[in-house]
Amino acid sequence: MNSADVAAALMFVGVVAYAVLGGADYGAGIWDLIAGGDRDGAPLRSQIDHSIGPVWEANHVWLIYILVFLWTGFPKAFAAIMTTLFVPFLLVALGVVLRGGAFAFRKGSSTLAEARMHGIMFAASSVVTPFFLGMIAGAIASGRVPAEGPGDLWSSWTGPTSWIGGILAVLTVTFLAATFLAADAARHGHAELAATMGHRALVNGLVAGGASLIAALAIELDAETLASGLHTRGLPFIVISALSGAGTLALLRRGDWSTARLTAVVAVASVVIGWGVAQYDWLLVDEMTIDEAAGAPATLTALSVVAVIAGVTVLPALIWLFALVDRNELGG
Amino acid sequence: MQTALLANSELLVARYQMAFSLGFHIILSCFGVAFPALMFVAHRRGLRGDADALNLARKWSKVAAVLFAVGAITGTVLSLEMGLLWPGLMETYGDVLGLPFALEGIAFFLEAIFMGIYLYGWKGMPPKVHLLTLVPMMLTGMFGTFCVLAVNAWMNAPTGFTQLPDGTITDVDPVGAIFNDALWGQFLHMFVATYVVCGFIVAAVYAVGMLKGRRDRAHRVGFTIAFTFAAVAACLQPVIGHITGGRLAEEQPSKLAAMELATTTESRAPLTIMGFLVDGEVKGAIKIPEIGSLIAGGSLDAVITGFDEIPPDERPPANIVHWAFQTMVGCSFAMIGVTLWWLWRRRKHGRGDAVFDSVWFLRAAVLCAGLGVLALEAGWTTTEVGRQPWVVYGYMRTEEAVTPNSGIWISFVIMLVVYASIAFLVQKVLREMARRWRESPDVDLPSPYGPSSELMMSTTSAASTSSGGPDSPEPTS
Repeated sequence: MNSADVAAALMFVGVVAYAVLGGADYGAGIWDLIAGGDRDGAPLRSQIDHSIGPVWEANHVWLIYILVFLWTGFPKAFAAIMTTLFVPFLLVALGVVLRGGAFAFRKGSSTLAEARMHGIMFAASSVVTPFFLGMIAGAIASGRVPAEGPGDLWSSWTGPTSWIGGILAVLTVTFLAATFLAADAARHGHAELAATMGHRALVNGLVAGGASLIAALAIELDAETLASGLHTRGLPFIVISALSGAGTLALLRRGDWSTARLTAVVAVASVVIGWGVAQYDWLLVDEMTIDEAAGAPATLTALSVVAVIAGVTVLPALIWLFALVDRNELGG
Repeated sequence: MQTALLANSELLVARYQMAFSLGFHIILSCFGVAFPALMFVAHRRGLRGDADALNLARKWSKVAAVLFAVGAITGTVLSLEMGLLWPGLMETYGDVLGLPFALEGIAFFLEAIFMGIYLYGWKGMPPKVHLLTLVPMMLTGMFGTFCVLAVNAWMNAPTGFTQLPDGTITDVDPVGAIFNDALWGQFLHMFVATYVVCGFIVAAVYAVGMLKGRRDRAHRVGFTIAFTFAAVAACLQPVIGHITGGRLAEEQPSKLAAMELATTTESRAPLTIMGFLVDGEVKGAIKIPEIGSLIAGGSLDAVITGFDEIPPDERPPANIVHWAFQTMVGCSFAMIGVTLWWLWRRRKHGRGDAVFDSVWFLRAAVLCAGLGVLALEAGWTTTEVGRQPWVVYGYMRTEEAVTPNSGIWISFVIMLVVYASIAFLVQKVLREMARRWRESPDVDLPSPYGPSSELMMSTTSAASTSSGGPDSPEPTS
């Protein structure tokens, strides 16, 4: 591995973290959307607020992390991605603004109608944003982002792999969030809510599993390079993902929410890692390798140092915050 | 010709969009950087027994959380816009200028975490530790400013790379790029500006309250803490600004020429106040002889480069830059004037309530909030428009950096609408918070990063997406 590979791997750590943490965050917003009426939906909405309130912004710093690593470490790939995938990224930007704004403003609402309006905005943008991020991933993975000159403004990100990517992204984040919320609700003693969310996670998991099979077929037909990577290097990760996904469903049936949350994370993280490993050493599949996209060696080295600094400073602070949240929520 | 014109208008719209999103975000950033220091002073006083000050710190932390949350999302938009609007810049120079952005990311992440820690800290953290959690917020805010300004300063004074005749970039030194010649001046100028903006706006809130007859001690304490920060910063600012501008005569003569409306290169150049450049001639200006050279160049004999030595296609739009610069300086002097008035009133009336007996002083203090923001925006206009037509001074023109995609105006219009709604909602939420605090000073209001409270339980429990549900604000869990 050279310094470009290291920087790419560090950037991909951000992708995995965003898929899991940001994903659970988006998913919670989607469950908020379908929580039901004012009264029926209240317990779930309160739980969602408890669970993501303190960390909702931190979860989205990963997006900035990925963008910064991309433009600093791989400037050519960044320019290619942002010009070709102009439209979906614009929609992602819009989604980020509406979601964050609505979540913050809902807390300051003075009337029920206002809270409801912000709630709708928060929840709707929670669906839209991961969907387009999934479409973007599909576009890159199926080789539709050309290295030279901008690709088509629309067809680049509306191929079969993009649609599959978008749909899978939404199904995955809701699955993750449902297991998270079930575990959180159980921890706070809301057994009924935990059971409801556990059941939803189970159904969601089955649907997501079915969708993955269709996705596999679509990738075979639409994204050859990715498919061949998935048959070889990526295969172990796909197997781990399938097994832990199935294990999660079994745990959910047994009502073991806290373990199910862990296996769900493993399932999602390993399918994302599988994608990354399968398309290695392409950064833009079929168009630009990691080495071709790499910026100056000194910068790549500096980026690795930055990642270490981030780990040393951010992690302890984050652990402290989580400890405080736990004490506050549990100890009263 | 037609396509050139069209391409030109796309570039303009892209610049407008960047200007608006930056101009919006930067006001919120000021609070992210400076507000923790105000909170620190209030909180520390509070721990020494001043109940009013402690209450202020508690309220300010809730306000800061709202502003920080909005700043976080507008900041995310900016990082997307770097690629959406300026892929040409990032493609060529991403690995030269990117490192400070990565460091800024860490600073922002840490500040967000400590914001959460501070908000949770009100519930049972040892008081001294709780107070000290503001220190990392102050430091990360300062470091974040340093990083962002390092990038902007680099665009004005590019270094840390070699550009070959064919355009290839080699010898990239990302750390060298950070420590460019414009760094310290620009960083200090902006860092101090955050205190001017944040301090005067917070002070204005209490000045408005006093104008409405709320003359309790909490209003005086809130005003005095915030105004003191802003006043000190406002008085430092011309000195720092002068040092910042000092490098222009040598390094960025085109910007200085635009700021001064200098048409001809000369020593003993005049200082040009007001006026417009019309067809290459300065009209309607007040010219003070010889002072221009002294201020910009350090001596009466300093030669100030005029537009005659700058190729026409490398000249920035002079009138915008000149008026933006004059506006900034004018606002600066006005704020210093109000500061002196305040000092004089304190001398005359002691430190008691009587300082605030003058309606006109309070009105002037409210005005300072607007002046601070105006000076901030005008200053940024000066440096950004003054750098045109370059995005990287002397190396890359802005038109080479802009996205090839057309239809930017659609995203610009959407952005205007969304940001206008956000601005409306921010003021609405903050006023609502103030109203609830007035009704019951002990109300523990919810905030974006903070712990839940009784009130939040009721609003979020009630929040619904279905229509026609029972409109009961009662918490059901």
